[in-house]
Amino acid sequence: MSATKTARLGEESRVDKVNAELVTLTYGTIVAQLCQDYDEDYMEVNKQLDKMGYNIGMRLIEDFLAKSTVGRCANFRETADMISKVGFKMFLNITPTVTNWTSDNNQFSLIFEENPLADFVELPDDGRAQDELWFSNILCGVLRGALEMVQMQIEAHFVSDVLRGDDTTEMRVSLVRYIEDEMPPDEE
Amino acid sequence: MAVYSLIIINKAGGLVYQREFQSGLRKLSTNDYLVLAGTFHGVHAITRSITPKLPALPPSITTGSSSSSTPTPLPSSTQSQSQTQTRTQTPTSGPAFTLPNPGIPTTGLEVLETDKFRLTCFQTLTGTKFLLFTDPGMVNIDGVVMKIYELYADYVMKNPFYQLEMPVRCEAFDRHLATWLRGRA
Repeated sequence: MSATKTARLGEESRVDKVNAELVTLTYGTIVAQLCQDYDEDYMEVNKQLDKMGYNIGMRLIEDFLAKSTVGRCANFRETADMISKVGFKMFLNITPTVTNWTSDNNQFSLIFEENPLADFVELPDDGRAQDELWFSNILCGVLRGALEMVQMQIEAHFVSDVLRGDDTTEMRVSLVRYIEDEMPPDEE
Repeated sequence: MAVYSLIIINKAGGLVYQREFQSGLRKLSTNDYLVLAGTFHGVHAITRSITPKLPALPPSITTGSSSSSTPTPLPSSTQSQSQTQTRTQTPTSGPAFTLPNPGIPTTGLEVLETDKFRLTCFQTLTGTKFLLFTDPGMVNIDGVVMKIYELYADYVMKNPFYQLEMPVRCEAFDRHLATWLRGRA
């Protein structure tokens, strides 16, 4: 599928809109509450966010497929384009840049020039949050859950975040393997 | 132009939803519906696996028969010896076969038709199957199926208390489905 056609799909897929600030505030509250509940154990907060995202992704993929009516991607590069130009466009109205491909086409980076989840956010000034908390970690889980439902096992993590004082917000996504959808031999 | 009933089968072959939209339809027992779902799932998997594959022809042989939907018949007897040898090797190496239409992904059974009804199967990319029983003369079934998929994504998948892969007991889904189908009729 051509790049422009993919971009148009993201524009046209009709989705009801809600106030963006409501989303930002809701998400911010969740992260803050998690930090409190886990006594500022930011590693654990990252893990919980990823888990929550995973559960969202497994459900959201059906919405994505039903509303965008896209077919199966031929390769991982097409998948990356679809994530950025259709998925993120539909649900967050952003189009992160797909870049930094490895030569085997199995790993890429998403650069977020804007991130609606992180508007108004300043990380706690306790000397650790800046180094340990990945505020938008839920997005990694969403991608992992959604792609697992369409037979792709991936690994996703943030490598930099403007909230931490980095220049960019970058997520690294790696394809682990394609999950065979055939039945296991013992079931046949 | 009626939609008779809908069955949803999860990716493991389990029945998760069954509903009639017309009164007076003959019903099966719950157990028979489960068997029907499981059987259809199996048949669907088999129809996928029997999709004809064409042996990828070596460049030296002309590609005249490549558009045929059945495996290439053996050429004249003089060549058959060498052909047989190459063929016995090919099943082990996957890329030696191509599908009739490489651009289109392999799907399983999509339509089953009798004089009295038509069964349309739509499998989502996540493996869930929607089986729609309709009047054989009904048009635009694809549109109906896509709308049902959308309703399913909204009222089933987005219900936070719906457990994935489990039977669908979502009252809002039932209601919206019935309302929308009534609105069409």
